[in-house]
Amino acid sequence: MGQAIAFYTMAAAILGFAVLVISTRDTVHSVLFLVLDFLFVAALYVLLNAPFVAVIQVLVYAGGIVVLYLFVVMLVNLKRPPEAHQDPHRRTKLGFGMAAAVLLEVAAIATYTSANPAPAIAASAAMPVTGNTEQVGWLLYTSYLIPFEIASMLLLVAMIGAIILAKREL
Amino acid sequence: MIDGFVIPLLKIVIVLNATLVGVTYMVLLERKVIAWAQSRLGPMRVGPYGILQPIADAVKLMIKEDITPVRADKWVFTAAPIISMVPALIVYAVIPFGPEVNLFGRRVSLYVTDVNVGLLYVVSVASVGVYGIILAGYSSNSKYPLLAGLRASAQLISYEVAVTLTLVSVILVAGTLSMVGIVRAQESGHVWFAFVQPMAFGIFFIGGLAETNRAPFDLPEAEQELTGGFHTEYSGMRFALFFLAEYANMIVVSSVATTLFLGGWLRPFPNVAALGFLDFVPVWMWFLVKSFLFLYVFIWVRATLPRYRYDQLMRLGWKVLIPLAILNLVVTAVIRVLLI
Repeated sequence: MGQAIAFYTMAAAILGFAVLVISTRDTVHSVLFLVLDFLFVAALYVLLNAPFVAVIQVLVYAGGIVVLYLFVVMLVNLKRPPEAHQDPHRRTKLGFGMAAAVLLEVAAIATYTSANPAPAIAASAAMPVTGNTEQVGWLLYTSYLIPFEIASMLLLVAMIGAIILAKREL
Repeated sequence: MIDGFVIPLLKIVIVLNATLVGVTYMVLLERKVIAWAQSRLGPMRVGPYGILQPIADAVKLMIKEDITPVRADKWVFTAAPIISMVPALIVYAVIPFGPEVNLFGRRVSLYVTDVNVGLLYVVSVASVGVYGIILAGYSSNSKYPLLAGLRASAQLISYEVAVTLTLVSVILVAGTLSMVGIVRAQESGHVWFAFVQPMAFGIFFIGGLAETNRAPFDLPEAEQELTGGFHTEYSGMRFALFFLAEYANMIVVSSVATTLFLGGWLRPFPNVAALGFLDFVPVWMWFLVKSFLFLYVFIWVRATLPRYRYDQLMRLGWKVLIPLAILNLVVTAVIRVLLI
């Protein structure tokens, strides 16, 4: 009961802040709502008994990436008044279509997973380690080794790309 | 009921109040030590040897007028001091001041909680604390605070990388992320990690100075260039909150350094029976003494070293500390693999 109340409060907060992120006029406020949103998502992870993921969520998203967003917003968009004019290239109908597609997909996944619960319990029972951090590490380096390595390659490529973009002449 | 609710609450109240009192007296200590370093007396008027000065300061700051600039972003301007104060305080949830002890016929642990991601919790909460300074600089709508805010964000992000890398090598040696577990590892390993990881210790200390915006890395509040930096436009209690947050962060860095590198609550040579007479000092006292040593060095450094130039600061962070931290991490990992 208490868990359900906590979950729905947090879910409502996450959705509410997400709406505020895209509806606020002031870009800095928008970024701040994004931070709040990430913090509530982290709280949700704590509720799911995944403290490691929660802490990483705060460290990487709320503490790292969004600081850079804020940095860029403060540098680029300092004194610009809120935009009054309509963007002529705005595709409102296409946007609604995309949003509906995403909503449908989420709904489909939700119905499918509630009909067939994932066999995650069997995997965690076979693990030789205890503790949230150890289990995440164990899974990453056994079952999900290849996706993990591909993700690290992607990050490496992105880093090299950023350096090349920043350095005009190599 | 008592074990699950009342005792944790009591612990939180005690830790928070002790921190706030400690912070106010840190200010006095800093003024005194710097005065002695410069052959002055420091505050002497309020109470014997100025001992009541922090209370007078607190009263003064509370009854001062609290000004919000007209063109400021009011919500963010109000939130910024709170955002910088809260992370500095909630870190204490995982700092172990001692092991489990018998207190009034009850097993009580001298820490609020021992989560198994304790160290990562400290790092992530500290990374959120950056927002206070950046937002204070932005929301004041004034050029000096803005410059300070930009400097602060660049500085904190740079030094966070180096500090986090040193923490990873400590985790490799300890084999756990739990703060209590790290102290236990030092007990069973018969050595403080300051001697196992001297380079990590040094980098952590320098990075700690930079992360708390202390001299010689106090560029976000460089008085000569930025008229007080990010808190130029703040007055009264909100200014005081920034001040408290800075000192609370100093205490956090000292406590974390004590836990990771100086054996936390352990007395010197905890496994030598001949030194058993040292046990008459309570465990938390050892912790406080070690943390106090760090705080003293913080002040000492401020009284001694001149401020870095901005480009020197960035060069030191990215070209010296981070490569050294990575090297240290790789060497630690290789040795650890070879020894097991």
